[in-house]
Amino acid sequence: MRIELQKRANTSTLFSILSPLLALVLTLVAGAIMFGLLGKKPLGSLYIYFVEPLLDVWSLHELAIKAAPLILIAVGLSICFRSNNWNIGAEGQFTIGAITGSILPVLNPDWHSPLILPLMLVMGMIGGALYAGIPALLKTRFNTNEILTSLMLVYIAQLFLDWLVRGPWRDPQGYNFPQTKSFQPEAVLPEILDSGRAHLGIIFALIAAVALWFMMRFMLKGFQVSVLGQSERAGRFAGFSARNMVWFSMLLSGALAGLAGISEVSGSIGHVQPVISPGYGFTAIIVAFLGRLNPLGIIASGFVLALTYLGGEAAQLSLGISDKVSRVFQGLILFFVLSCDTLIHYRIRLILNPSAAQEGKS
Amino acid sequence: MFEAILLTVITASTPLVIAALGELVTERSGVLNLGVEGMMIMGAVAAFATAQLTGSPYLGILGGIVGGGLFSLLFGFLTLTLVANQVATGLALTILGLGLSGQLGESFVGMPGVRLPAIVIPLLSNIPFFGRVLFSQDLIFYMSIALVFGISWFLFRSRAGLKMRAIGDNHGSAHALGINVVRTRYLAVLFGGACAGLAGAQLSLVYTPQWVENMSAGRGWIALALVVFASWRPLRLLAGGYLFGAVGIGQLHAQLLAQSGGIAIPSQLLSALPYIATIVVLIIISHNRRTTLINTPASLGKPFVPDR
Repeated sequence: MRIELQKRANTSTLFSILSPLLALVLTLVAGAIMFGLLGKKPLGSLYIYFVEPLLDVWSLHELAIKAAPLILIAVGLSICFRSNNWNIGAEGQFTIGAITGSILPVLNPDWHSPLILPLMLVMGMIGGALYAGIPALLKTRFNTNEILTSLMLVYIAQLFLDWLVRGPWRDPQGYNFPQTKSFQPEAVLPEILDSGRAHLGIIFALIAAVALWFMMRFMLKGFQVSVLGQSERAGRFAGFSARNMVWFSMLLSGALAGLAGISEVSGSIGHVQPVISPGYGFTAIIVAFLGRLNPLGIIASGFVLALTYLGGEAAQLSLGISDKVSRVFQGLILFFVLSCDTLIHYRIRLILNPSAAQEGKS
Repeated sequence: MFEAILLTVITASTPLVIAALGELVTERSGVLNLGVEGMMIMGAVAAFATAQLTGSPYLGILGGIVGGGLFSLLFGFLTLTLVANQVATGLALTILGLGLSGQLGESFVGMPGVRLPAIVIPLLSNIPFFGRVLFSQDLIFYMSIALVFGISWFLFRSRAGLKMRAIGDNHGSAHALGINVVRTRYLAVLFGGACAGLAGAQLSLVYTPQWVENMSAGRGWIALALVVFASWRPLRLLAGGYLFGAVGIGQLHAQLLAQSGGIAIPSQLLSALPYIATIVVLIIISHNRRTTLINTPASLGKPFVPDR
């Protein structure tokens, strides 16, 4: 048996909508098999994992809290990936954004001004953007592969955060816990509804997604992103600068990751601690692809991936399965999305008997 | 003292060398597999599990190779048969590998491992200094050295190696000459996965004979950088692997020294050294655009669909 690909004359609109859905169905099937192998009831487990977290208001708020950083980071990454800049260090930019954003409340705990929160958000964005500027500088100036440098910077950022909260930023009255003082109320991102914890972060995420969708759809910059991503040569003929695009996409995605970082720290944690992210920066890569690198699609896929985190926690509590299942689910989703995307550009033909097919052709 | 440090450097460098060698072959065939970290950790858990269940560290090595190899076929199917984006698929492999290995290895956490014994080569091991450093090592170390010279011979002295390099430099022309591009690339991906698996086996059978989640700790990514550093040449890769290994061990000793000497160097700064060193090395290697262009396989990362 052999699998052959036939290029479609036009990309299939049907499959560009269907492919992410198909990928989700395949993930659920694989998940059912996995639960079966673990000795749990497949359908019941899937229900606990993917449906139960949607049934009460409290967990819907948690869903929004987890979706916010994922969407914010992923829409930035979608611009990077579309323009062929492989920033995979969003986790590091998230961390640095959280740190620079927290400078004001940590160093001035007695400053009670309404100005503090906007300043924190801006400083978080600047920090994330500058940190993403390092791989951008290395790529444009020294021709260094941005995949490897941005990833190495993740480890460095995490170690820096660890040093900060165990050393100079540690709360002296914190019973030796490695964390800073809790932020003053003015430095905490407000909640949006009275019914739960969801904070303004999700609003930022939605605004960013719609704005970038508008840019990609209606603005010259968006057109430059697509052209340079598909063919740098074609972009050069049109007078677009690939070098500027490296800077634009990296700084933009870094700023959004930084905003996600400070929103997470200020909105849902309330202080700085050694671990502030369950891998949002990496999961956002999956979110970007599941949303087909389209900012509006990313809103939907952000909620799907947020659900895998919640489901993981639910499965741990009611099924006694470790929350590592959620990582497996996330990996599976990305695999199935990437395979289903083939259907958009190609027809897939199964050839059961290769030699007979060859004869038929000649 | 010096001998002891040298021995730990060798143990720390061996997994980097092996994993990077596998990736070197994969990339020479024109395929960029960013899933080294994932294949490595899958190899580590497979090797540990096999060694635990059979009691034999040698079967453990085999388990690691098979685990990494099978896992790489998933990447091969997506990128070679379904022509999916290689960068994204490689990342998927890493994410899935880290999750799956954590899940599979859950019951092994905290178990005492089976350590791979050293094989003392008679006569040669009696040579002062070198005998103990080079000829009283475990099987995986000997395999790593054999692989370096074997791959070097294969790539630059054998016909099959020439064909593979041709595919990596121009898959269209190679296809037109009647070379089976997809099959060769499957084999190269499989070899890369097997090597990453073997490197993982070294981690869970030699380096720290136990199972710890995420025990590869970014070594797969450092191996990827090592391939660039070596400009796709096995002998340079050997030297680079030992340089990176030495940086890793050096920072550990520096931490101990700083602690005992009461010098206030943050341990986090020293822990970050291998990653900082990787970035610095990448800058030095790739700043000359022209030599980078000459050394990089020209078809690296580009999709290939055979026309029929």
